[in-house]
Amino acid sequence: MESNVEQFPPYRPEEPAHAAHDDHGDHGHGHDSHGHEEHHQPGFWQSFIFSTDHKVIGIQYGLTALSFMLFGLFLMLLMRWQIAHPGVPVPVIGPLLEKILGQPAAHGIISPELYNAFGAMHGTIMVFLGVVPLAFAAFGNYVVPLMIGAPDMTFPRINMASFHAFLLGGLVMFTSFFIPGGAAQAGWTSYSPLASTIPTDGQAFWLVGMVLLITSSLLGAVNFIATIIQLRAPGMTWMRMPFFVWAQFVTAFLLLLAFPPLEAAGLMQLMDNVAHTSFFLPTGLAVSGPVGQASGGGSPLLWQHLFWFLGHPEVYVLILPAMGIVGEIIANNTRKPIWGYKSLVYSVFVVGFLSFIVWAHHMYMTGMGQKIATFFQATTMIISIPSVVILTCMFLSLWGGAIRINTPMLFALGFLPMFGIGGLTGLPLGLAASDLYLHDTYYVIAHFHYVVAPGTIFALFAGVYFWFPKMTGRKMNEFWGSVHFWCSFVFMNLVFMPMFAQGIKGMLRRMSDGGVNYSAARVPGVTDTLPGNIMELNSWILYAAICLGLAQIPFIINLFWSIKHGEKVGDNPWEATTLDWQTPTPPPHGNFATEPHVVRGPYDYSLPGAPRDFTPQTERSGPANPQPAPGAH
Amino acid sequence: MEIPYTVKNRPDTGIYNAKVGIWLFLASEVMLFGGLFSAYVMLRVGAPEGLWPHGWLDVRFGTVNTILLALSAITTLLAWAACKVRDFGKFKFFHACTIVLALAFLGIKSYEYHDKWIHYEIQLKDGTIADGHLEEQDDKEVVIHGRIVTDKKDLYDLRAQPDLKLTELHIDRSKIVKMQNYGPWHNTFTAIYFTLTGLHALHILGGTLVIFYLWGPGSKMWKTDPERFTNRIEVSGLFWHFVDLVWIFLFPVLYLT
Repeated sequence: MESNVEQFPPYRPEEPAHAAHDDHGDHGHGHDSHGHEEHHQPGFWQSFIFSTDHKVIGIQYGLTALSFMLFGLFLMLLMRWQIAHPGVPVPVIGPLLEKILGQPAAHGIISPELYNAFGAMHGTIMVFLGVVPLAFAAFGNYVVPLMIGAPDMTFPRINMASFHAFLLGGLVMFTSFFIPGGAAQAGWTSYSPLASTIPTDGQAFWLVGMVLLITSSLLGAVNFIATIIQLRAPGMTWMRMPFFVWAQFVTAFLLLLAFPPLEAAGLMQLMDNVAHTSFFLPTGLAVSGPVGQASGGGSPLLWQHLFWFLGHPEVYVLILPAMGIVGEIIANNTRKPIWGYKSLVYSVFVVGFLSFIVWAHHMYMTGMGQKIATFFQATTMIISIPSVVILTCMFLSLWGGAIRINTPMLFALGFLPMFGIGGLTGLPLGLAASDLYLHDTYYVIAHFHYVVAPGTIFALFAGVYFWFPKMTGRKMNEFWGSVHFWCSFVFMNLVFMPMFAQGIKGMLRRMSDGGVNYSAARVPGVTDTLPGNIMELNSWILYAAICLGLAQIPFIINLFWSIKHGEKVGDNPWEATTLDWQTPTPPPHGNFATEPHVVRGPYDYSLPGAPRDFTPQTERSGPANPQPAPGAH
Repeated sequence: MEIPYTVKNRPDTGIYNAKVGIWLFLASEVMLFGGLFSAYVMLRVGAPEGLWPHGWLDVRFGTVNTILLALSAITTLLAWAACKVRDFGKFKFFHACTIVLALAFLGIKSYEYHDKWIHYEIQLKDGTIADGHLEEQDDKEVVIHGRIVTDKKDLYDLRAQPDLKLTELHIDRSKIVKMQNYGPWHNTFTAIYFTLTGLHALHILGGTLVIFYLWGPGSKMWKTDPERFTNRIEVSGLFWHFVDLVWIFLFPVLYLT
């Protein structure tokens, strides 16, 4: 690798005298980050809307995704109100809802159709417009090129196109709330034939939106993989890459290969809805009346196969970047190398591969056959092994470390047990026999929310607090950060823990009345109804959810307040080793003041004999690196 | 700031950026068409006995189109080779051939679509089915060039009936229960046929536009940066070969089986 040092072209030695004449770059004055804006004014549109700089695009993705997540949270609060108080007008914003949405929210009451739309859109927004763009696109865009020592992404204009496709897809999804008939109502999974028979064009909007979002992540995935393969700095060998980069690398492959089948399925469902084909409509399909006009002959199961072929890798798209972020933060705050770097890397690959052959464990109830179910049950159990390896490495990294507790570390530490709960409660769902009982109950909701909400989203918060100083040169407020963490931590658990109990008692998900019609109070004398204490939990969850929503206020204020008023910090406030902290702050266009030459692994913390307890990847001096690459033993 | 390895190969990976990008993109395209092909398999396997069409598409047109695309693959390769040996005139000629071949392909494909569009299956009140190409229609009657069958299955396996007798049929409107053309809505075969070939035709169209751009306005880069231009021809050529390859699968799957 050392031999390419001369062939690495993008950096020039510092030439401050010429910097002003340089019309497409400002490599010459990297440390002077305040001055560089004045040299050439690209204008508002050029710098913020049509920027090709990976850092700007990362922040664009981040802010957009956070806004969508807030919107998704808001939908969730409305749904929780309806579940706890079915048929009661929504307080405070009920009249507003009626004004905006009209008939479906008549008298401020959420109608079952509107509830279904909120449910479908909550899932879609949180997964495709919130977590994936934030975890993969925002952090990936901002951090990956910095971590590998690249000046930008390989294809900066494709990067911009990717964001624009994402934004357009988001707008299409958002617009569908306001069309006659309302947004898609068939769940985020959009099972056919349900999705083709609900009388609303919202489904077509959903599909067009999805095609745009898929295009966006496809372009992003190509860009990420090409960047990691092609633009690693001299000396940045594969096994010197930080774990976060590996996680993003595998995630990009999942997006690249798993999303297109859903795009194919989406096109076919769009044909079903718009051109009246029958890809997913069986013969003799009748919906509340005579048999429809469709030719029939289609296969509803085909949709589920194609959907979950994306859907399951998608779970790992949500979780792998989160694991990457947590890995970085744990290594940094335990002040010692992350435990088992090599096993982490290999496990990520095994997870990525296996995630393509577990999809039908979402379909045990479809009657696809025992033999198929047995196969997928086996692969599902096998995929838990590398996941546990990753989590175990993170836990072991804590052992014997002088742990620094700060807000990013709090969230990272919160991630570990929360993801653990989410993962372990998934085992009964992966086994066909127990899944038959738990399928489509609140148990499932609790399980995957533990993985994604206090799991992934905590890791994402950790990432925001962790990289905020690199983006702005200021730290976010630590006190309000810990308030945000502890409140979120408590209320997340209060929201989701009771759902396990509700699910085990048989409360089905997707019921707009929160199970009232199956409650012991409504149908006395019938066995196996939902007992009163289980129904009561609905109100408690509502209170906890409202508090969870309020707990995000400190974060929002902290985020914007700290941009101008946070504690000023230097280039490397966390005393980290990786390349993202060896740049000026905020990194200028082109990122590095001088070309980085990587000489050691990513986590050289507390090297014996070193002057400081961290040795950056570019640092030649100091004690000899005990091993050429981490885990090369 | 400039991005490294846009033109030159990176020494340790031995490849330039755009080539990595296009191969990754093609991998996702394989999955896209793979999804549709697996849909084809599921639909065909799930079709009731005797109700999957055979011989609905004209093999002659399919063969000609296969030859056109195979030739265009050769001209694409030769255009790239001409760039490599820095012979701009030859490049212009070969890629002009590619564009003409692609347009011919699209022309034949549109004719085939039109042929299905005017092909009607008409259910009559006496339980028989009239089937054939629409010639004219007015308020009173429908004129088709076709035949009348009593069993629906006779319409499906055309290969078992090599010499069909088609005549001009005048059908009174009052006798018609339902009249439907062979559009995507007709049955699952036409649905997957139009979706697969339609998506493929869109790829052909997109590829042709890119090649046309590189052949016309985009070829200015030849004067400033011939090496980068050659790379562009290579990358667009890779895409073109992939699109050809998809057709190599589509032809037997849809026309020959």
